[in-house]
Amino acid sequence: MATDFVARGQDLELVEVRKEFPGFVAVESLDLKIPAGEFFALLGPSGCGKTTTLRMIAGLETPTSGKVLIGGKDVTDQKPHERPVNTVFQNYALFPHMTVLENVAFGLRQRKVDDPLPKATAALEMVELNHLASRRPQQLSGGQQQRVALARALVNRPALLLLDEPLGALDLKLRRQMQLELKDIQSEVGLTFLHVTHDQEEAMDMADTVAVMNHGRIEQMGAPEKLYDRPKTAFVAKFLGQSNLFVGEVTDKSSETISINFRGNKITAPNSRIEKSSGKVAIGVRPEKTEFHESKPAASSTQNVLGPGKITDIRFTGVSNQYQIEIPEIGEITVFAQNVGRSPVVELGAEVWVSWKVEHSFGLADLPTGEEDIE
Amino acid sequence: MAFVALGGNAPAKAQTPTKTGRVALYLLLPGLFYLGLFFLTPLFSLILTSLKAPSPSGEIGRYEVAAEFGNYLYAVGQYLPQIIRSFGFALLATIIALAISYPIAYFIAVKARNKPLLKGLLLTLVIAPFFISMLLRTFAWKQIFSNDSWVVNTLKDIGIFGSDSYIIGTNFAVIFGLVYNFIPFMTLPIFSSLDRLDLRLVEAGGDLYANPFTTFRKITFPLSLPGVISGTLLTFIPISGDYVVASRDFLGGPDTAMIGNVVEANFLRIQDYPTASALSVLLMAAIVVLVSIYVRRSGTEDLL
Ligand SMILES: Nc1ncnc2c1ncn2[C@@H]1O[C@H](COP(=O)(O)OP(=O)(O)OP(=O)(O)O)[C@@H](O)[C@H]1O
Ligand SMILES: [Mg+2]
Repeated sequence: MATDFVARGQDLELVEVRKEFPGFVAVESLDLKIPAGEFFALLGPSGCGKTTTLRMIAGLETPTSGKVLIGGKDVTDQKPHERPVNTVFQNYALFPHMTVLENVAFGLRQRKVDDPLPKATAALEMVELNHLASRRPQQLSGGQQQRVALARALVNRPALLLLDEPLGALDLKLRRQMQLELKDIQSEVGLTFLHVTHDQEEAMDMADTVAVMNHGRIEQMGAPEKLYDRPKTAFVAKFLGQSNLFVGEVTDKSSETISINFRGNKITAPNSRIEKSSGKVAIGVRPEKTEFHESKPAASSTQNVLGPGKITDIRFTGVSNQYQIEIPEIGEITVFAQNVGRSPVVELGAEVWVSWKVEHSFGLADLPTGEEDIE
Repeated sequence: MAFVALGGNAPAKAQTPTKTGRVALYLLLPGLFYLGLFFLTPLFSLILTSLKAPSPSGEIGRYEVAAEFGNYLYAVGQYLPQIIRSFGFALLATIIALAISYPIAYFIAVKARNKPLLKGLLLTLVIAPFFISMLLRTFAWKQIFSNDSWVVNTLKDIGIFGSDSYIIGTNFAVIFGLVYNFIPFMTLPIFSSLDRLDLRLVEAGGDLYANPFTTFRKITFPLSLPGVISGTLLTFIPISGDYVVASRDFLGGPDTAMIGNVVEANFLRIQDYPTASALSVLLMAAIVVLVSIYVRRSGTEDLL
């Protein structure tokens, strides 16, 4: 039963997939569609159900209800070995009684692909480990094991590749290199990748679509730029990058904008960037969209101004500086300023006003609960 | 913080290997002394006895020190069928015990892994026979299989057995008894190997297109090999020397004697100590040779 070596990426569809463990719901009714050949990143805090989702797609866990479709075919009842899916496991799961090369060749041998060893060697070369081909996995470092796991799955060119934090144990340089490598392979062969990661930068950088998962649900899904620019929930706003959030009753509504009263200050957001326009509304802004000034800026309808406050903390993070500004009655605001040598003040305790353009505000569908800050 | 403290301490201890080495040597001394006294001394005495010649006085059971290597030739010539039978029975019983034990061990270690109650119960059942003396248990089987027991009578009634058929004293009875007595020694080591098996590796096998049978053959079984090897050794070696089950007092008959029975008869009844000793030495040497070939062939020295 020889199979074609080079498979095509296939699309994946989850229909109301749900997984309950005794007394615990790990995944709540998940609907998801990943088109063939897409690089899809699943992002979320620890324990939110990412691995469980991947396991259901791979066939290692049976959904409590719902359907899994690969290439339009319902595979919910198929065994793992019957599915055109490979997984890079979070714990690597390398076979300890086989050499590195035999580990990589395992899937090829099972599918009776021609020349398994040369192909496995080529895959090892790709992850720069061919010099360790004859070692046992336990003789490798964590990062090397992770790369073997990557090679072992990639070499099969599966229609759908599931990657469960496949780069977590690598140093920054190797990580970047592997990211490029993965992206290359993915676009070259047109495989579908479902990539689970903690690293939001990695997700934003590599993926065509990013989904943010929390408590077994997908909070928001979309192109990385869109997700970052217009988070719809407090969780996404806080999990993906940083946000300053302000909650208040809606006071003004025009055809263009709405304004809330945040502890006596008026904060405005464009109607095109809000989810909700009545009652209590949370409006946010990204720290790099805010500026601070030593004198009070003139009030205008295109700008939100808060202040005065005091700089309580300055952190130099390389290309930009991060300022914490404490405004009485209002709280803390984070501001990123590009480190280009023209930052106005850098002294702790200096009195400043914070402003940002109305067009950069975004309105959320829910209100922050405070829980998001823990992450 | 606590982890840092612990981590910091560990290497400091390992930094004095010479001292630890010497301490280890001292700790070994009692063991070495014990081994010398209780293993080497009897072995030496056994070899000495195996080379003795009959006393010139002609008195039965009296022998004097000699270098009578002919004792070995005599022992082999006289008892070759029993020697072959011993290893044949041991091999057969080991294979049957493995076939029965592996599924049991697999079920307890893998299928019942997340059910502590069931697992504990099954493990207790496996070792339960040890609560009763092996002699008593073997004797119980003698009763069950005896000539007018309900087992034999039922077999006769339903026509499987002729009116003059019997079980006690047959090869079947002996092999049955051997398998029965040694199954826990096979099951427990296999269980402990399978208990340590990382099931995520089995999942990885399935993920890499191996069907359940192939996954078993290529992953589960090789990883349980250390247990299989200890289990087969722990059954094969004692079975080759067993003298209870095959004895006429238990499940054996005139045509089922194994080396153990011959040694027993020579020592205790005929009082031919040199022949009995020669047989013991031969048995030991044969086991050492067989076992070392076996361990080498199975290629798992590093796993043991
Ligand atoms: N077999 C199981 N039985 C019971 N609960 C489970 C089981 N497997 C996972 N869970 C629970 O389901 C939840 C989701 O687990 P999952 O492994 O999917 O998290 P994750 O998002 O992959 O987290 P991480 O980023 O830490 O890997 C967790 O709270 C976990 O405790
Ligand atoms: Mg996980």
